[in-house]
Amino acid sequence: MARKLTFQHAINEALDQEMSRDESIVLLGEDVAGGQGADGEMDAWGGVLGVTKGLYGKHGDRVMDTPISESAFVGAAIGAATSGLRPVVELMFNDFMGVCFDQIFNQAAKFRYMFGGKAETPVVIRTMIGAGFRGAAQHSQSLYSMFTHIPGLKCVVPSNPYDAKGLLIEAIRDNDPVIFFEHKNLYQVEGDVPEEAYTIPFGEAEIVREGEDVTIVTLAEMVHESVKAAEALQKDGIECEIIDLRTTSPLDEDTILESVESTGRVVVVDEANPRCSMATDISALIADKAFASLKAPIKMVTAPHTPVPFNPKLEDLYKPNAGNIAAAVREVAEYQKTWETTTSKS
Amino acid sequence: MSLSKDELLDAYRMMKTIREFEERVHVEFAAGEIPGFVHLYAGEEACATGVCVQLSGRDWIASTHRGHGHCIAKGVDVHGMMAELFGRATGLCGGKGGSMHVADLELGMMGANGIVGGGPPLACGAALAEQRAGKGGVAVAFVGDGGSNQGTTFESLNLAKIWNLPAIFVVEDNGYAEATSSKYSIGAESNAERARGFGLPASRIDGHDFFAVYEAAGEAIQRARSGGGPTLLDCQLNRYYGHFEGDAQTYRGNEEVQRLRDSQDCLFRFVQCVTQSGDISRSDLDAIDNEVAELIEDSVAAAKAAPEPDEKELLTDVYVSY
Repeated sequence: MARKLTFQHAINEALDQEMSRDESIVLLGEDVAGGQGADGEMDAWGGVLGVTKGLYGKHGDRVMDTPISESAFVGAAIGAATSGLRPVVELMFNDFMGVCFDQIFNQAAKFRYMFGGKAETPVVIRTMIGAGFRGAAQHSQSLYSMFTHIPGLKCVVPSNPYDAKGLLIEAIRDNDPVIFFEHKNLYQVEGDVPEEAYTIPFGEAEIVREGEDVTIVTLAEMVHESVKAAEALQKDGIECEIIDLRTTSPLDEDTILESVESTGRVVVVDEANPRCSMATDISALIADKAFASLKAPIKMVTAPHTPVPFNPKLEDLYKPNAGNIAAAVREVAEYQKTWETTTSKS
Repeated sequence: MSLSKDELLDAYRMMKTIREFEERVHVEFAAGEIPGFVHLYAGEEACATGVCVQLSGRDWIASTHRGHGHCIAKGVDVHGMMAELFGRATGLCGGKGGSMHVADLELGMMGANGIVGGGPPLACGAALAEQRAGKGGVAVAFVGDGGSNQGTTFESLNLAKIWNLPAIFVVEDNGYAEATSSKYSIGAESNAERARGFGLPASRIDGHDFFAVYEAAGEAIQRARSGGGPTLLDCQLNRYYGHFEGDAQTYRGNEEVQRLRDSQDCLFRFVQCVTQSGDISRSDLDAIDNEVAELIEDSVAAAKAAPEPDEKELLTDVYVSY
């Protein structure tokens, strides 16, 4: 039965149910319980924003606080995954991937292939993404495209509580390394979530809104901004079809291409920086495989090619929003192929 | 060790400025005036001060997320810092860095740092540059007990040793890395013991005691300046506030902070020492207290009145040229 849960409670419930089901699952990270070795309460934090709160009380020493030693504990989770455990490791902010990148992209991502298919690394790395928290340049990035680039990693970027629970359970049961990106601005978003455990397969995008005029391809918090834009545009007679990618690796190419083939117009919306991003990747995919369907150039709505600024006014300007998205959709919707009429006359 | 009256008063002014800055930021943050993540240094003032009063303009420091105290001790402008915390155009970083990234390279302050363990390698680099310049400059890396467990810190200790760098590593062990006790997270007996394993001279110091820090740091700085290589100082101290502002601190024992404020406070101990010895009178200190209170008040008023950065600043400063 479904009830309303926040995004962060949905994640907590997924972890709790899976840890109850499978003894080999351990949870580790900085202050995932909190209070270790101190005089006050244990489980003082449950992660820096309280996402894992309560799991220590239920699962005891399978919830392990770590020193601030990302290379060691992320690497240990990866090593443990190759040798019998199913660790879920929390890396707080995805910016901190910089501290332990080797263990993720040279070790975890490579084992299966370079060992000739003999290794399995069932590890999940949970980490926060996203601007809007006034966290400045080292706590606000959205780095999923960097990991999507690397063969051997799976990348999950949920946008709502239902998907967060289903995709996290899928990630835990998956036998490959999975990076699970949680947008910190979504933690308090509520949605219907079934009580029982369920999975959502990777590589299946969701059409969150159907429309015949313009396709919007997006992910994470930008799904919500895109929905706002679509609602505003509907009043002007422009119908948007919104595709929530849900996973960037594997990528559901078919859903994107089928939609573009039907609308012929597309805007890709990505909170991350513009170069070598999901926005450029999806644009290239469409240009490569659906060029003949296009009635207008592909538009990308992204952050600028800058770090995330601290000042709130600048940070709000940095992030794409419903207004930028609507403007891009209008431009694409109104675009006329003038060259086509010219060439046909000559 | 003998400090002149002026030196003692300067040290007091520095510690008092840090304390009042932090107490005021605590209030302004709670009132919703300061955005973002703020980590306060209150309680640890003797450490930054005991080290930095002995540094010159050409020396470098690399700081941590808890960096306001290091900045002030290195002589960074309080007005520019306060405006930065408020995200204003007049801030040290034009409002683009905030509390976790206050920096003033011209004064050798290489920045507070949002990445735990980010500082020690940078300090090694600054120490290398100074070693090659050959003018006696040194670099100090402040690192918390949390950062002391990072591989970057261990690697930096080794690098500084093999290159005989003029570097000083100051571990500020305030008992907690976020919500995890350093008694749990540090497996060795102490960071001093660890450093000795890397071949560095090291000592464990009461970080609430300005004079103890001053003496140990003085030896380390002298050693570095004269080509004797790196040192680690393992300072035991406490923070009066949470990991960040808003942290309920349920991991700490009841009344723990009040007990520390009552028994260990570095300012109280400094004042007791210098007034009992007759070096300084209460009225000298009162005069400084008034100056500091005025400075902090002015800096907050100026920050609140200062303009936000212009929208075009979003796109500036990414590269020197592009």
